[in-house]
Amino acid sequence: MSTETTAALLVVQPGIHTTVQDMGRIGFQDAGVPVSGPLDRVSLRLANALVGNPPAAAVLELLVQGPVLEVACESVRVALVGCDAAIDVGGPRPRTVPAGMSARLERGDLLRVTRLGASASAYLAIEGGLAVAPCLGSVATYVRGRMGGIEGRALQAGDRIPLRLAAAPQRTEKRLPQALDLALEQPVRVVLGPQADFFTEAAIATFLSSDYTVSAQSDRMGFRLEGAALAHVDGYNIVSDGIVCGSIQVPGSGLPIVLMADAQTTGGYPKIATVISADIPALGRRRPGSKVRFAAVDVQQAQEIRRQQEAWVRKLTGSLQPANAPVSLDLVALHTENLISGVARAV
Amino acid sequence: MTVRFLPAGDCALVVEFGDIIDRALSDRVLRLAARVRAAQAAGVVAGVVEMVPTYRSLMVHYDPVAVGEEALRAQLVALLDDAGAGAASARLWRVPACYDAAHAPDLQEVAERTGLTAQEVVRLHAQTLFHVYMIGFVPGYPYMGDLPAALVLPRRADPRVRVPPGSIAIASTMTAVYPIESPGGWHLIGATPVRLFDAARVSAEGVGRPALFSPGDKVRFEPVDVARFEEIRRACEAGDYVLQSEEVAL
Repeated sequence: MSTETTAALLVVQPGIHTTVQDMGRIGFQDAGVPVSGPLDRVSLRLANALVGNPPAAAVLELLVQGPVLEVACESVRVALVGCDAAIDVGGPRPRTVPAGMSARLERGDLLRVTRLGASASAYLAIEGGLAVAPCLGSVATYVRGRMGGIEGRALQAGDRIPLRLAAAPQRTEKRLPQALDLALEQPVRVVLGPQADFFTEAAIATFLSSDYTVSAQSDRMGFRLEGAALAHVDGYNIVSDGIVCGSIQVPGSGLPIVLMADAQTTGGYPKIATVISADIPALGRRRPGSKVRFAAVDVQQAQEIRRQQEAWVRKLTGSLQPANAPVSLDLVALHTENLISGVARAV
Repeated sequence: MTVRFLPAGDCALVVEFGDIIDRALSDRVLRLAARVRAAQAAGVVAGVVEMVPTYRSLMVHYDPVAVGEEALRAQLVALLDDAGAGAASARLWRVPACYDAAHAPDLQEVAERTGLTAQEVVRLHAQTLFHVYMIGFVPGYPYMGDLPAALVLPRRADPRVRVPPGSIAIASTMTAVYPIESPGGWHLIGATPVRLFDAARVSAEGVGRPALFSPGDKVRFEPVDVARFEEIRRACEAGDYVLQSEEVAL
Protein backbone atom coordinates (compact mmCIF):
# COMPACT_ATOMS: atom_id res chain seq x y z
CA MET A 1 0.00 0.00 0.00
CA SER A 2 1.36 3.38 -0.98
CA THR A 3 1.61 5.92 1.81
CA GLU A 4 2.94 8.90 -0.16
CA THR A 5 2.61 11.99 1.98
CA THR A 6 1.10 14.03 -0.85
CA ALA A 7 -2.18 12.08 -0.77
CA ALA A 8 -4.89 14.64 -0.19
CA LEU A 9 -8.36 15.90 -0.80
CA LEU A 10 -8.23 19.33 -2.39
CA VAL A 11 -10.81 21.80 -1.10
CA VAL A 12 -12.57 23.36 -4.10
CA GLN A 13 -15.36 24.90 -2.01
CA PRO A 14 -15.15 24.73 1.80
CA GLY A 15 -18.85 24.61 2.71
CA ILE A 16 -20.24 26.78 5.49
CA HIS A 17 -18.24 25.35 8.40
CA THR A 18 -16.39 22.13 7.60
CA THR A 19 -13.95 21.01 10.28
CA VAL A 20 -11.77 18.06 11.16
CA GLN A 21 -13.18 16.27 14.22
CA ASP A 22 -12.37 13.16 16.21
CA MET A 23 -13.91 12.17 19.56
CA GLY A 24 -12.46 15.25 21.22
CA ARG A 25 -9.77 16.61 23.49
CA ILE A 26 -10.14 14.76 26.78
CA GLY A 27 -8.33 15.60 30.00
CA PHE A 28 -7.61 19.33 29.69
CA GLN A 29 -10.87 20.89 30.85
CA ASP A 30 -9.22 21.87 34.14
CA ALA A 31 -6.88 24.00 32.01
CA GLY A 32 -9.89 25.64 30.35
CA VAL A 33 -9.71 23.60 27.13
CA PRO A 34 -13.10 22.55 25.72
CA VAL A 35 -13.60 18.94 24.60
CA SER A 36 -14.76 19.80 21.05
CA GLY A 37 -15.33 16.70 18.90
CA PRO A 38 -18.48 15.96 16.90
CA LEU A 39 -21.96 17.39 17.42
CA ASP A 40 -23.19 13.91 16.43
CA ARG A 41 -20.98 11.23 17.97
CA VAL A 42 -23.13 8.38 16.61
CA SER A 43 -22.85 9.41 12.96
CA LEU A 44 -19.07 9.88 13.28
CA ARG A 45 -18.76 6.29 14.50
CA LEU A 46 -21.04 4.86 11.82
CA ALA A 47 -19.21 6.74 9.04
CA ASN A 48 -15.88 5.37 10.28
CA ALA A 49 -17.29 1.82 10.45
CA LEU A 50 -18.45 2.00 6.82
CA VAL A 51 -14.91 2.73 5.56
CA GLY A 52 -13.26 0.25 7.97
CA ASN A 53 -11.73 2.86 10.30
CA PRO A 54 -11.40 2.63 14.10
CA PRO A 55 -14.49 4.20 15.74
CA ALA A 56 -12.80 7.45 16.80
CA ALA A 57 -10.74 8.16 13.66
CA ALA A 58 -10.64 11.76 12.42
CA VAL A 59 -13.36 12.70 9.94
CA LEU A 60 -14.79 15.86 8.40
CA GLU A 61 -17.79 17.42 10.13
CA LEU A 62 -20.09 19.19 7.68
CA LEU A 63 -22.50 21.84 8.96
CA VAL A 64 -25.61 22.94 7.03
CA GLN A 65 -23.88 23.03 3.65
CA GLY A 66 -20.98 20.75 2.79
CA PRO A 67 -17.86 21.16 0.70
CA VAL A 68 -16.73 20.31 -2.82
CA LEU A 69 -13.53 18.24 -2.66
CA GLU A 70 -11.31 16.92 -5.44
CA VAL A 71 -9.58 13.57 -5.07
CA ALA A 72 -5.87 14.37 -5.41
CA CYS A 73 -4.45 10.85 -5.01
CA GLU A 74 -4.97 7.47 -6.65
CA SER A 75 -8.23 6.66 -4.86
CA VAL A 76 -10.15 7.15 -1.62
CA ARG A 77 -12.97 5.31 0.12
CA VAL A 78 -15.50 7.62 1.74
CA ALA A 79 -18.83 7.43 3.55
CA LEU A 80 -21.30 10.12 4.58
CA VAL A 81 -23.53 9.61 7.65
CA GLY A 82 -25.83 11.90 9.64
CA CYS A 83 -28.13 13.32 6.99
CA ASP A 84 -30.59 12.16 4.36
CA ALA A 85 -28.61 13.72 1.49
CA ALA A 86 -26.07 12.14 -0.84
CA ILE A 87 -22.56 12.56 -2.15
CA ASP A 88 -22.84 13.93 -5.66
CA VAL A 89 -19.79 12.59 -7.50
CA GLY A 90 -18.77 14.84 -10.39
CA GLY A 91 -15.94 14.68 -12.89
CA PRO A 92 -15.20 11.82 -15.27
CA ARG A 93 -17.38 9.23 -13.43
CA PRO A 94 -20.54 11.05 -12.30
CA ARG A 95 -22.93 9.27 -9.94
CA THR A 96 -24.75 9.64 -6.64
CA VAL A 97 -23.79 7.90 -3.40
CA PRO A 98 -26.51 8.13 -0.74
CA ALA A 99 -25.68 8.73 2.92
CA GLY A 100 -25.04 5.52 4.85
CA MET A 101 -23.02 3.84 2.10
CA SER A 102 -19.29 3.68 1.31
CA ALA A 103 -17.88 4.40 -2.13
CA ARG A 104 -14.48 4.41 -3.78
CA LEU A 105 -13.55 7.55 -5.68
CA GLU A 106 -10.60 7.98 -8.00
CA ARG A 107 -8.16 10.73 -8.86
CA GLY A 108 -9.93 13.69 -10.41
CA ASP A 109 -13.38 12.78 -9.07
CA LEU A 110 -15.22 15.67 -7.45
CA LEU A 111 -16.95 14.90 -4.16
CA ARG A 112 -19.83 17.31 -3.60
CA VAL A 113 -22.10 17.46 -0.56
CA THR A 114 -23.63 20.82 -1.24
CA ARG A 115 -26.77 20.17 0.79
CA LEU A 116 -27.41 18.13 3.91
CA GLY A 117 -31.16 17.77 3.46
CA ALA A 118 -33.09 18.00 6.69
CA SER A 119 -30.03 17.65 8.92
CA ALA A 120 -27.71 20.38 10.18
CA SER A 121 -24.68 18.11 10.49
CA ALA A 122 -23.10 15.16 8.73
CA TYR A 123 -19.82 13.27 8.85
CA LEU A 124 -17.58 12.32 5.97
CA ALA A 125 -15.18 9.50 6.86
CA ILE A 126 -12.21 8.63 4.67
CA GLU A 127 -10.58 5.20 4.82
CA GLY A 128 -7.28 5.35 6.72
CA GLY A 129 -8.21 8.72 8.25
CA LEU A 130 -6.65 12.15 7.99
CA ALA A 131 -2.91 12.80 8.40
CA VAL A 132 -3.39 15.76 10.73
CA ALA A 133 -1.08 16.38 13.71
CA PRO A 134 -2.86 16.14 17.07
CA CYS A 135 -2.92 19.04 19.52
CA LEU A 136 -3.29 17.94 23.16
CA GLY A 137 -4.00 14.40 22.05
CA SER A 138 -6.74 15.21 19.56
CA VAL A 139 -7.12 16.52 16.02
CA ALA A 140 -10.57 17.95 16.81
CA THR A 141 -10.82 21.50 15.51
CA TYR A 142 -11.45 24.14 18.20
CA VAL A 143 -11.63 27.36 16.21
CA ARG A 144 -11.72 29.83 19.13
CA GLY A 145 -8.53 28.32 20.59
CA ARG A 146 -6.99 27.71 17.14
CA MET A 147 -6.39 24.07 17.97
CA GLY A 148 -6.47 20.88 15.89
CA GLY A 149 -7.61 20.32 12.33
CA ILE A 150 -6.17 22.41 9.52
CA GLU A 151 -4.43 25.35 11.29
CA GLY A 152 -7.09 25.31 14.00
CA ARG A 153 -9.79 26.65 11.68
CA ALA A 154 -12.61 25.60 9.38
CA LEU A 155 -11.66 24.55 5.85
CA GLN A 156 -10.92 27.20 3.23
CA ALA A 157 -10.85 26.92 -0.56
CA GLY A 158 -7.41 25.77 -1.68
CA ASP A 159 -6.67 23.73 1.47
CA ARG A 160 -5.23 20.26 1.03
CA ILE A 161 -6.58 17.75 3.54
CA PRO A 162 -3.73 15.27 3.97
CA LEU A 163 -4.74 11.60 3.97
CA ARG A 164 -3.05 8.59 5.54
CA LEU A 165 -3.80 6.33 2.54
CA ALA A 166 -2.96 7.29 -1.05
CA ALA A 167 -5.06 4.46 -2.48
CA ALA A 168 -8.13 2.61 -1.27
CA PRO A 169 -8.09 -1.14 -1.92
CA GLN A 170 -10.81 -2.58 -4.19
CA ARG A 171 -13.50 -4.40 -2.21
CA THR A 172 -17.25 -4.67 -1.90
CA GLU A 173 -18.66 -1.43 -0.57
CA LYS A 174 -20.76 -1.44 2.61
CA ARG A 175 -23.89 0.22 3.82
CA LEU A 176 -25.88 0.55 7.01
CA PRO A 177 -28.49 -2.20 7.41
CA GLN A 178 -31.17 0.47 7.69
CA ALA A 179 -31.37 4.21 7.10
CA LEU A 180 -30.31 6.18 10.18
CA ASP A 181 -33.29 7.64 12.03
CA LEU A 182 -32.34 11.32 12.28
CA ALA A 183 -34.88 11.80 15.11
CA LEU A 184 -35.62 15.33 13.94
CA GLU A 185 -39.13 15.35 15.42
CA GLN A 186 -38.46 13.58 18.71
CA PRO A 187 -38.39 15.45 22.00
CA VAL A 188 -34.87 16.10 23.31
CA ARG A 189 -34.59 14.49 26.74
CA VAL A 190 -33.01 16.34 29.65
CA VAL A 191 -32.12 15.80 33.28
CA LEU A 192 -33.25 18.85 35.28
CA GLY A 193 -30.54 20.79 37.10
CA PRO A 194 -27.93 21.43 38.36
CA GLN A 195 -29.58 24.83 39.02
CA ALA A 196 -33.26 24.06 38.39
CA ASP A 197 -33.95 25.66 41.80
CA PHE A 198 -32.98 29.06 40.31
CA PHE A 199 -36.18 28.96 38.23
CA THR A 200 -39.83 29.33 39.13
CA GLU A 201 -42.06 26.26 38.94
CA ALA A 202 -43.91 27.99 36.13
CA ALA A 203 -40.62 28.49 34.23
CA ILE A 204 -39.79 24.79 34.48
CA ALA A 205 -43.31 23.86 33.31
CA THR A 206 -42.93 26.30 30.39
CA PHE A 207 -39.49 24.91 29.53
CA LEU A 208 -40.88 21.36 29.34
CA SER A 209 -44.03 22.19 27.39
CA SER A 210 -43.00 24.84 24.83
CA ASP A 211 -41.71 24.56 21.30
CA TYR A 212 -38.37 26.31 20.94
CA THR A 213 -36.74 27.23 17.65
CA VAL A 214 -33.01 26.83 16.95
CA SER A 215 -31.69 30.35 16.34
CA ALA A 216 -29.56 31.32 13.36
CA GLN A 217 -27.05 32.57 15.99
CA SER A 218 -26.13 28.98 16.85
CA ASP A 219 -22.72 27.41 16.40
CA ARG A 220 -20.61 24.54 17.71
CA MET A 221 -20.23 26.32 21.04
CA GLY A 222 -23.95 26.68 21.70
CA PHE A 223 -27.40 26.35 20.18
CA ARG A 224 -29.38 29.47 21.06
CA LEU A 225 -33.11 28.87 21.32
CA GLU A 226 -35.96 31.25 20.59
CA GLY A 227 -39.34 30.91 22.28
CA ALA A 228 -40.85 31.36 25.72
CA ALA A 229 -38.59 33.24 28.15
CA LEU A 230 -37.89 31.50 31.47
CA ALA A 231 -38.18 33.45 34.72
CA HIS A 232 -35.44 33.21 37.34
CA VAL A 233 -36.48 33.16 40.99
CA ASP A 234 -33.87 35.67 42.12
CA GLY A 235 -31.33 36.91 39.57
CA TYR A 236 -29.35 35.19 36.88
CA ASN A 237 -25.77 35.38 38.12
CA ILE A 238 -24.24 32.47 39.97
CA VAL A 239 -20.71 31.96 41.18
CA SER A 240 -19.18 30.14 38.20
CA ASP A 241 -19.25 26.36 38.18
CA GLY A 242 -18.58 23.61 35.67
CA ILE A 243 -20.26 23.13 32.29
CA VAL A 244 -20.80 20.00 30.19
CA CYS A 245 -21.83 19.47 26.59
CA GLY A 246 -25.62 19.68 26.90
CA SER A 247 -25.76 22.22 29.75
CA ILE A 248 -28.76 24.51 29.19
CA GLN A 249 -27.86 27.90 30.62
CA VAL A 250 -30.38 30.70 30.90
CA PRO A 251 -28.94 34.24 30.94
CA GLY A 252 -30.87 37.40 31.77
CA SER A 253 -32.88 37.32 28.53
CA GLY A 254 -34.59 34.17 29.84
CA LEU A 255 -33.88 32.40 26.53
CA PRO A 256 -32.06 29.08 26.89
CA ILE A 257 -28.70 28.31 25.29
CA VAL A 258 -27.72 24.65 24.95
CA LEU A 259 -23.94 24.46 25.21
CA MET A 260 -22.55 22.03 22.67
CA ALA A 261 -19.23 20.47 21.59
CA ASP A 262 -17.07 23.60 21.90
CA ALA A 263 -18.67 24.65 25.23
CA GLN A 264 -16.47 26.61 27.59
CA THR A 265 -15.52 24.60 30.67
CA THR A 266 -17.01 26.93 33.31
CA GLY A 267 -19.74 29.54 33.36
CA GLY A 268 -21.69 31.92 35.53
CA TYR A 269 -25.32 31.53 34.40
CA PRO A 270 -27.76 29.13 36.08
CA LYS A 271 -28.38 25.90 34.18
CA ILE A 272 -32.00 24.78 34.22
CA ALA A 273 -31.27 21.31 32.78
CA THR A 274 -28.79 19.18 30.87
CA VAL A 275 -29.47 17.37 27.59
CA ILE A 276 -28.82 13.65 28.05
CA SER A 277 -25.75 12.36 26.24
CA ALA A 278 -27.78 9.96 24.08
CA ASP A 279 -29.81 12.87 22.65
CA ILE A 280 -26.92 15.25 21.89
CA PRO A 281 -26.53 13.70 18.39
CA ALA A 282 -30.22 14.28 17.55
CA LEU A 283 -30.00 17.88 18.80
CA GLY A 284 -26.79 18.35 16.80
CA ARG A 285 -28.80 17.52 13.65
CA ARG A 286 -31.38 20.29 14.20
CA ARG A 287 -30.96 23.07 11.67
CA PRO A 288 -31.44 26.74 12.49
CA GLY A 289 -35.19 27.34 12.28
CA SER A 290 -36.16 23.83 13.35
CA LYS A 291 -38.22 23.05 16.44
CA VAL A 292 -37.01 21.63 19.74
CA ARG A 293 -39.21 20.37 22.55
CA PHE A 294 -37.75 19.07 25.81
CA ALA A 295 -38.83 16.16 28.01
CA ALA A 296 -37.48 15.34 31.48
CA VAL A 297 -36.03 11.99 32.53
CA ASP A 298 -34.04 11.10 35.65
CA VAL A 299 -30.31 10.31 35.68
CA GLN A 300 -30.83 6.55 35.92
CA GLN A 301 -33.14 6.59 32.89
CA ALA A 302 -30.67 8.76 30.98
CA GLN A 303 -27.85 6.31 31.69
CA GLU A 304 -29.98 3.33 30.67
CA ILE A 305 -30.87 5.12 27.41
CA ARG A 306 -27.18 5.82 26.79
CA ARG A 307 -26.22 2.19 27.41
CA GLN A 308 -28.93 1.04 25.01
CA GLN A 309 -27.68 3.49 22.41
CA GLU A 310 -24.12 2.17 22.75
CA ALA A 311 -25.41 -1.41 22.30
CA TRP A 312 -27.44 -0.33 19.26
CA VAL A 313 -24.43 1.39 17.65
CA ARG A 314 -22.30 -1.71 18.25
CA LYS A 315 -25.02 -3.86 16.68
CA LEU A 316 -25.26 -1.58 13.64
CA THR A 317 -21.51 -1.44 13.08
CA GLY A 318 -21.37 -5.21 13.45
CA SER A 319 -24.06 -5.83 10.84
CA LEU A 320 -23.05 -3.65 7.89
CA GLN A 321 -24.41 -5.01 4.62
CA PRO A 322 -22.77 -5.32 1.21
CA ALA A 323 -23.79 -2.20 -0.67
CA ASN A 324 -25.15 -4.22 -3.59
CA ALA A 325 -27.46 -6.32 -1.39
CA PRO A 326 -31.15 -5.44 -1.10
CA VAL A 327 -32.35 -3.20 1.67
CA SER A 328 -33.04 -5.76 4.36
CA LEU A 329 -33.34 -9.51 4.50
CA ASP A 330 -36.91 -9.27 5.78
CA LEU A 331 -37.89 -7.12 2.81
CA VAL A 332 -36.11 -9.49 0.45
CA ALA A 333 -38.01 -12.44 1.89
CA LEU A 334 -41.30 -10.60 1.53
CA HIS A 335 -40.48 -9.46 -1.96
CA THR A 336 -39.48 -12.98 -3.05
CA GLU A 337 -42.62 -14.53 -1.59
CA ASN A 338 -44.85 -12.03 -3.39
CA LEU A 339 -43.05 -12.63 -6.61
CA ILE A 340 -43.41 -16.38 -6.31
CA SER A 341 -47.06 -16.28 -5.35
CA GLY A 342 -47.72 -13.79 -8.14
CA VAL A 343 -46.03 -16.10 -10.61
CA ALA A 344 -47.99 -19.01 -9.19
CA ARG A 345 -51.27 -17.15 -9.64
CA ALA A 346 -50.36 -16.22 -13.17
CA VAL A 347 -49.77 -19.84 -13.93
CA MET B 1 -23.50 24.49 54.11
CA THR B 2 -23.65 20.76 53.55
CA VAL B 3 -22.13 19.17 50.48
CA ARG B 4 -24.63 18.73 47.64
CA PHE B 5 -24.36 16.26 44.73
CA LEU B 6 -26.07 17.76 41.69
CA PRO B 7 -26.34 15.80 38.43
CA ALA B 8 -25.22 17.71 35.33
CA GLY B 9 -26.86 15.24 32.97
CA ASP B 10 -25.79 11.60 32.80
CA CYS B 11 -22.03 12.17 32.29
CA ALA B 12 -21.13 14.63 35.05
CA LEU B 13 -21.75 15.16 38.73
CA VAL B 14 -21.31 18.48 40.53
CA VAL B 15 -19.99 18.19 44.08
CA GLU B 16 -21.05 21.56 45.49
CA PHE B 17 -19.49 22.84 48.71
CA GLY B 18 -21.16 26.26 48.70
CA ASP B 19 -22.34 29.13 46.55
CA ILE B 20 -19.86 31.93 47.26
CA ILE B 21 -16.24 32.75 46.41
CA ASP B 22 -14.31 31.70 49.47
CA ARG B 23 -10.81 30.37 50.09
CA ALA B 24 -11.99 27.71 52.54
CA LEU B 25 -14.50 26.38 49.98
CA SER B 26 -11.84 26.44 47.28
CA ASP B 27 -9.49 24.42 49.49
CA ARG B 28 -12.19 21.79 50.09
CA VAL B 29 -12.81 21.54 46.32
CA LEU B 30 -9.10 21.14 45.58
CA ARG B 31 -8.57 18.60 48.37
CA LEU B 32 -11.40 16.43 47.05
CA ALA B 33 -9.91 16.62 43.55
CA ALA B 34 -6.54 15.49 44.92
CA ARG B 35 -8.18 12.59 46.80
CA VAL B 36 -10.09 11.45 43.71
CA ARG B 37 -6.85 11.54 41.68
CA ALA B 38 -5.10 9.46 44.34
CA ALA B 39 -8.01 7.01 44.42
CA GLN B 40 -7.94 6.75 40.62
CA ALA B 41 -4.21 6.03 40.70
CA ALA B 42 -4.84 3.34 43.32
CA GLY B 43 -7.58 1.83 41.15
CA VAL B 44 -10.25 2.50 43.78
CA VAL B 45 -12.39 4.84 41.67
CA ALA B 46 -13.43 3.84 38.15
CA GLY B 47 -15.12 5.71 35.34
CA VAL B 48 -13.95 9.25 36.18
CA VAL B 49 -12.81 10.88 32.94
CA GLU B 50 -11.65 14.27 34.22
CA MET B 51 -12.40 16.86 36.90
CA VAL B 52 -12.84 20.63 36.80
CA PRO B 53 -12.38 22.51 40.07
CA THR B 54 -14.32 25.79 40.29
CA TYR B 55 -14.66 28.41 43.02
CA ARG B 56 -17.14 26.41 45.02
CA SER B 57 -17.65 23.01 43.40
CA LEU B 58 -15.89 20.12 41.72
CA MET B 59 -17.27 19.02 38.34
CA VAL B 60 -16.62 15.30 37.96
CA HIS B 61 -16.93 14.18 34.33
CA TYR B 62 -17.47 10.41 34.05
CA ASP B 63 -18.30 7.67 31.59
CA PRO B 64 -21.87 6.48 32.30
CA VAL B 65 -21.19 3.20 30.50
CA ALA B 66 -18.36 2.45 32.95
CA VAL B 67 -19.97 3.65 36.20
CA GLY B 68 -23.52 4.52 37.23
CA GLU B 69 -24.33 7.77 38.98
CA GLU B 70 -25.28 6.12 42.29
CA ALA B 71 -22.06 4.07 42.45
CA LEU B 72 -19.93 7.11 41.63
CA ARG B 73 -21.73 9.21 44.22
CA ALA B 74 -21.04 6.58 46.89
CA GLN B 75 -17.34 6.55 45.98
CA LEU B 76 -17.15 10.34 46.21
CA VAL B 77 -18.96 10.40 49.55
CA ALA B 78 -16.36 7.99 50.92
CA LEU B 79 -13.57 10.28 49.71
CA LEU B 80 -15.19 13.34 51.30
CA ASP B 81 -14.77 11.73 54.71
CA ASP B 82 -11.27 10.48 54.00
CA ALA B 83 -9.47 13.41 55.58
CA GLY B 84 -6.00 11.87 55.62
CA ALA B 85 -5.41 10.82 52.03
CA GLY B 86 -4.30 12.88 49.07
CA ALA B 87 -2.42 15.70 50.75
CA ALA B 88 -2.55 18.40 48.13
CA SER B 89 0.35 20.59 47.09
CA ALA B 90 0.60 23.61 44.87
CA ARG B 91 3.23 25.86 43.30
CA LEU B 92 4.16 29.47 43.98
CA TRP B 93 4.91 31.45 40.81
CA ARG B 94 6.68 34.84 40.61
CA VAL B 95 5.39 36.39 37.40
CA PRO B 96 7.20 39.37 35.78
CA ALA B 97 4.67 42.15 35.26
CA CYS B 98 5.12 45.43 33.41
CA TYR B 99 2.75 48.13 34.70
CA ASP B 100 4.15 50.80 32.38
CA ALA B 101 1.47 52.86 30.60
CA ALA B 102 2.44 51.24 27.30
CA HIS B 103 1.14 47.91 28.67
CA ALA B 104 -1.58 49.24 30.97
CA PRO B 105 -4.30 51.01 28.98
CA ASP B 106 -6.75 51.10 31.91
CA LEU B 107 -4.36 51.82 34.80
CA GLN B 108 -5.05 55.57 34.92
CA GLU B 109 -8.82 55.03 34.80
CA VAL B 110 -8.60 52.43 37.57
CA ALA B 111 -6.60 54.90 39.65
CA GLU B 112 -9.21 57.61 39.12
CA ARG B 113 -12.15 55.33 39.89
CA THR B 114 -10.55 53.91 43.03
CA GLY B 115 -9.29 57.30 44.25
CA LEU B 116 -5.69 56.01 44.31
CA THR B 117 -2.60 56.96 42.38
CA ALA B 118 -1.42 54.64 39.60
CA GLN B 119 1.61 53.82 41.78
CA GLU B 120 -0.66 52.81 44.66
CA VAL B 121 -2.73 50.57 42.37
CA VAL B 122 0.46 48.85 41.19
CA ARG B 123 1.82 48.52 44.72
CA LEU B 124 -1.41 46.94 46.01
CA HIS B 125 -1.60 44.55 43.05
CA ALA B 126 2.05 43.53 43.20
CA GLN B 127 2.14 42.97 46.96
CA THR B 128 -0.83 40.57 46.99
CA LEU B 129 -0.27 36.82 47.03
CA PHE B 130 -3.01 35.51 44.74
CA HIS B 131 -4.70 32.11 44.87
CA VAL B 132 -5.66 30.43 41.58
CA TYR B 133 -9.30 29.49 42.17
CA MET B 134 -9.95 27.97 38.77
CA ILE B 135 -9.14 28.06 35.07
CA GLY B 136 -11.91 28.76 32.58
CA PHE B 137 -13.39 31.22 30.05
CA VAL B 138 -10.68 30.43 27.48
CA PRO B 139 -7.78 27.93 27.60
CA GLY B 140 -5.41 28.80 30.44
CA TYR B 141 -7.37 31.79 31.83
CA PRO B 142 -6.70 31.84 35.61
CA TYR B 143 -9.26 33.34 37.98
CA MET B 144 -7.06 34.60 40.85
CA GLY B 145 -8.02 36.27 44.09
CA ASP B 146 -8.54 38.03 46.18
CA LEU B 147 -7.85 41.64 45.24
CA PRO B 148 -7.40 44.16 48.05
CA ALA B 149 -10.77 45.82 48.72
CA ALA B 150 -9.45 49.17 47.48
CA LEU B 151 -9.06 47.74 43.93
CA VAL B 152 -12.50 46.18 43.58
CA LEU B 153 -14.39 47.58 40.56
CA PRO B 154 -17.18 46.20 38.38
CA ARG B 155 -16.27 45.06 34.85
CA ARG B 156 -15.94 47.63 32.07
CA ALA B 157 -19.22 48.87 30.62
CA ASP B 158 -17.75 48.48 27.10
CA PRO B 159 -15.90 45.14 26.79
CA ARG B 160 -13.04 45.04 24.29
CA VAL B 161 -13.40 42.86 21.21
CA ARG B 162 -9.69 41.99 21.32
CA VAL B 163 -7.49 41.88 24.40
CA PRO B 164 -3.83 41.12 23.62
CA PRO B 165 -2.36 37.95 25.15
CA GLY B 166 -0.35 38.56 28.33
CA SER B 167 -2.64 41.37 29.52
CA ILE B 168 -2.98 41.49 33.31
CA ALA B 169 -6.52 42.44 34.23
CA ILE B 170 -8.72 43.06 37.24
CA ALA B 171 -12.48 43.00 37.83
CA SER B 172 -14.57 42.54 40.95
CA THR B 173 -12.41 40.71 43.51
CA MET B 174 -10.34 38.89 40.89
CA THR B 175 -7.25 39.34 38.76
CA ALA B 176 -6.33 37.35 35.64
CA VAL B 177 -3.93 37.16 32.73
CA TYR B 178 -5.39 36.78 29.21
CA PRO B 179 -3.51 33.74 27.84
CA ILE B 180 -4.64 34.13 24.21
CA GLU B 181 -6.15 36.99 22.26
CA SER B 182 -9.82 37.08 23.14
CA PRO B 183 -12.68 39.46 23.87
CA GLY B 184 -12.62 40.81 27.42
CA GLY B 185 -14.39 43.14 29.81
CA TRP B 186 -11.80 43.39 32.59
CA HIS B 187 -9.58 46.43 33.29
CA LEU B 188 -6.09 46.06 31.81
CA ILE B 189 -3.50 47.30 34.31
CA GLY B 190 -0.32 45.61 33.04
CA ALA B 191 1.14 42.79 30.99
CA THR B 192 3.43 39.81 31.38
CA PRO B 193 5.74 38.50 28.65
CA VAL B 194 5.33 34.95 29.99
CA ARG B 195 3.09 32.59 28.01
CA LEU B 196 0.36 31.27 30.28
CA PHE B 197 -0.90 28.70 27.82
CA ASP B 198 1.14 26.64 25.37
CA ALA B 199 -0.10 23.34 23.94
CA ALA B 200 3.53 22.47 23.11
CA ARG B 201 4.19 21.97 26.86
CA VAL B 202 2.37 18.63 26.52
CA SER B 203 4.38 15.83 24.91
CA ALA B 204 2.98 13.48 22.28
CA GLU B 205 2.63 10.95 25.12
CA GLY B 206 0.35 13.39 26.97
CA VAL B 207 2.88 14.29 29.68
CA GLY B 208 2.86 17.88 30.93
CA ARG B 209 0.25 20.60 31.33
CA PRO B 210 -0.60 23.23 28.70
CA ALA B 211 -1.58 25.85 31.29
CA LEU B 212 1.23 27.33 33.38
CA PHE B 213 -0.92 27.59 36.50
CA SER B 214 -3.13 24.92 38.05
CA PRO B 215 -6.06 25.55 40.37
CA GLY B 216 -4.64 25.95 43.90
CA ASP B 217 -1.36 27.53 42.76
CA LYS B 218 -0.19 30.84 44.27
CA VAL B 219 0.89 33.79 42.14
CA ARG B 220 2.80 36.97 42.92
CA PHE B 221 3.41 39.65 40.26
CA GLU B 222 6.90 41.20 40.26
CA PRO B 223 7.16 44.61 38.57
CA VAL B 224 9.63 44.91 35.66
CA ASP B 225 10.31 47.90 33.39
CA VAL B 226 9.67 47.99 29.64
CA ALA B 227 13.27 47.05 28.78
CA ARG B 228 13.21 43.95 31.02
CA PHE B 229 9.74 43.05 29.67
CA GLU B 230 11.13 43.05 26.12
CA GLU B 231 14.17 41.04 27.20
CA ILE B 232 12.01 38.34 28.79
CA ARG B 233 9.59 38.37 25.85
CA ARG B 234 12.44 37.68 23.43
CA ALA B 235 13.79 34.94 25.69
CA CYS B 236 10.33 33.36 25.86
CA GLU B 237 10.03 33.41 22.09
CA ALA B 238 13.46 31.79 21.78
CA GLY B 239 12.45 29.17 24.34
CA ASP B 240 15.22 30.32 26.69
CA TYR B 241 13.10 31.51 29.60
CA VAL B 242 11.91 29.24 32.39
CA LEU B 243 9.63 30.80 34.96
CA GLN B 244 10.78 29.77 38.42
CA SER B 245 8.34 28.30 40.90
CA GLU B 246 8.50 26.49 44.19
CA GLU B 247 6.31 23.89 45.83
CA VAL B 248 4.11 25.15 48.65
CA ALA B 249 1.31 23.70 50.76
CA LEU B 250 -2.17 24.13 49.33
